[in-house]
Amino acid sequence: MAIDFLYPQYEVVRNMDRCITCRACERQCANEVHHYDVDFGYMVSDESKCVNCHRCVSLCPTRALKIVKTDHTFKENANWTGKAISEVYRQAGSGGVLLSSMGNPEPLPIYWDKILINASQVTNPPIDPLREPMETRTFLGKKPGKIERGKDGNLVNNLSPQLQLNVPIMFSAMSYGSISYNAHASLARAAVELGTYYNTGEGGLHQDFYQYGDHTIVQVASGRFGVFKEYLEAGAAIEIKMGQGAKPGIGGHLPGLKVGPDISKTRMIPEGTDAISPAPHHDIYSIEDLRQLVFSLKEATEYKKPVIVKIAAVHNVAAIASGIARSGADIIAIDGFRGGTGAAPTRIRDNVGIPIELALAAVDQRLRDEGIRDQVSVVIGGSVRNSADLLKAIALGADAVYIATSALLALGCHLCRTCQSGRCNWGIATQRPDLVKRLNPDIGSRRLVNLVTAWDHELKEMMGGMGINSIEALRGNRLMLRGIGLTQKELDILGIKHAGE
Amino acid sequence: MIFQAGTVYYQQLNDSIRDCTDSEITVENLLGQRYLGCGSSGKTFKLYGTPGNGLGQYLNGSSIEVFGNAQDATGDTMNEGEIIIHGSCGDAAGYGMRGGRILIEGDCGYRGGIHMKSYLDKYPVIVIGGQAGSFLGEYQAGGLIVVLGKGAGGKVPVSYFCGTGMHGGKIVLRTEEAPAGLPPQVLVRQAEPEDLAEIRPHVAAYCGAFGGDAEQLLAQRFCVLTPNPEAGYRQLYTYE
Repeated sequence: MAIDFLYPQYEVVRNMDRCITCRACERQCANEVHHYDVDFGYMVSDESKCVNCHRCVSLCPTRALKIVKTDHTFKENANWTGKAISEVYRQAGSGGVLLSSMGNPEPLPIYWDKILINASQVTNPPIDPLREPMETRTFLGKKPGKIERGKDGNLVNNLSPQLQLNVPIMFSAMSYGSISYNAHASLARAAVELGTYYNTGEGGLHQDFYQYGDHTIVQVASGRFGVFKEYLEAGAAIEIKMGQGAKPGIGGHLPGLKVGPDISKTRMIPEGTDAISPAPHHDIYSIEDLRQLVFSLKEATEYKKPVIVKIAAVHNVAAIASGIARSGADIIAIDGFRGGTGAAPTRIRDNVGIPIELALAAVDQRLRDEGIRDQVSVVIGGSVRNSADLLKAIALGADAVYIATSALLALGCHLCRTCQSGRCNWGIATQRPDLVKRLNPDIGSRRLVNLVTAWDHELKEMMGGMGINSIEALRGNRLMLRGIGLTQKELDILGIKHAGE
Repeated sequence: MIFQAGTVYYQQLNDSIRDCTDSEITVENLLGQRYLGCGSSGKTFKLYGTPGNGLGQYLNGSSIEVFGNAQDATGDTMNEGEIIIHGSCGDAAGYGMRGGRILIEGDCGYRGGIHMKSYLDKYPVIVIGGQAGSFLGEYQAGGLIVVLGKGAGGKVPVSYFCGTGMHGGKIVLRTEEAPAGLPPQVLVRQAEPEDLAEIRPHVAAYCGAFGGDAEQLLAQRFCVLTPNPEAGYRQLYTYE
């Protein structure tokens, strides 16, 4: 008979010479890895419970702890890797769907890393952003096709509602429920200070956060959680969630277990009930139906707020984006296959969707070819890891980017990819009050502001190096990019030349 | 105030209605103008003709009476208020509805009351006088859907996939036959006196709006669909 034993993935290495049995590790670990053995008088650990989140390592006052990958191994096999074998055992034992968190970790191509950025030499000299004005403020929304003048010759304001971003970075959708109250508070306050926006996700807006409404994007998904008039009016923009990069074609399911009193109020559903938002909006089967939902939201908010439609980057993304641009949406958000999630079936997370770099280039090109690029702004997400990724995204045609994994890292996330357990030791992906309070929103928002400010400065430095002093002059400026080690087909899709050309 | 809809574009029509401070609004000659009363509160609408899609979407306390048929997405994501339709209505009526009541004299199309949910004192109700299309109460999470089955000749007044993915709330059907082929998430039983007591005020409101004898209707055979706690939407997962 088969025995379902899987050797733990990590080993907890404790330097006994350094351990002072202060038991900090025991108190810090919600997974209950560490405990004090009274008889022996020292700390012991159960590494089978360890998720490698580094909470104990970070807080051990004598640096007595480290977590290492186990060297226990199956017989070497390039095809049947240890991971592949373990997954079969796990599913054969449970009959369950493999579930994972955060973005796709597989070694698929990262196109950002195969794109290089230009700089000026001799002619068209670089600009020093510390001395000269450099504009990274941007506006999202439909841009009018022409200038209109009244009978008196004065300009007629024919501008649709716009979102003003002081930096071309927003925090992407993460619902209250998937992340904690203090994580939301940190994001909201940072968005206000940075002059940008955070996104409620589909879980509604907590009453305490209505005060940050001017810097909030409220989301409407198929489950319509917490959606009512005041919610729609509270936000600066409304986002319709059609898809998510981590799980295209899959919806959301917050188990009733996680729907406590506060989440219940925010989602406007009874405590302890499942919150199900299926992938399909059952009233949307066409671009015309999408248009109906877009305009219902505009009617409900008197045409004062831009409407964003968020989709996952999938094979036909360019054609889909073209449809969305014609649906009346003001902004299209595209989420790449490396986008994060609180929980997704592993097979979908790791195999469905396409890289955001290719999706973005294809969408921007398609909208230009069709002469409708100005009808919408394009925002992308799905693993923008640093300011170079950001700059490359803008040069490939994005108006701004959404970041979430980077933002969570700034808040203390160590990417252990165990969000679905609800036992996040860093107080981010949890609703347990004792864990949530570990994340201090004052410090959290400060760290987010630091991160985005640093990226903005780096962006200006790189733009200055190219002799470009405004984000408008960078957007879609693919001449500033060169590919390295890419095939002609990849270069064609990205719309860039190879290095040396 | 009385508005003449005619061929006025919906945005213009809704703009003038929003600008009007009267609490009583009458619109005549409607030819499919969308989003009437969308998100509104504290108003009473009387609509003549055929309002378009998204009638009373995000409705927040107004009452709307339609003297004619309604189209798709009536009362979508409605929070509070009442919609009374002297006729039939199209697909996805009461989608994601959280509160208030929709009374439909005749039939309703596909996906009536899907994603309906209740919350605290909010308890949404849809009463359908005639029959309902497929997917009635799909993903229902709360609230009450009553189908009176007029014109169904005692047969089951709903079509395929009624209550698929249901995990809360209740569907009550007037039918002589027991519904067959329901999805595993749904339990079906004969109505108990408590069920009839629960639907009585809403059936009475239906009869008050459209005529008929509530007690005579209630004396007939009803069956009740509720979510099956054993066959919930839960899926078994295993972790990395």
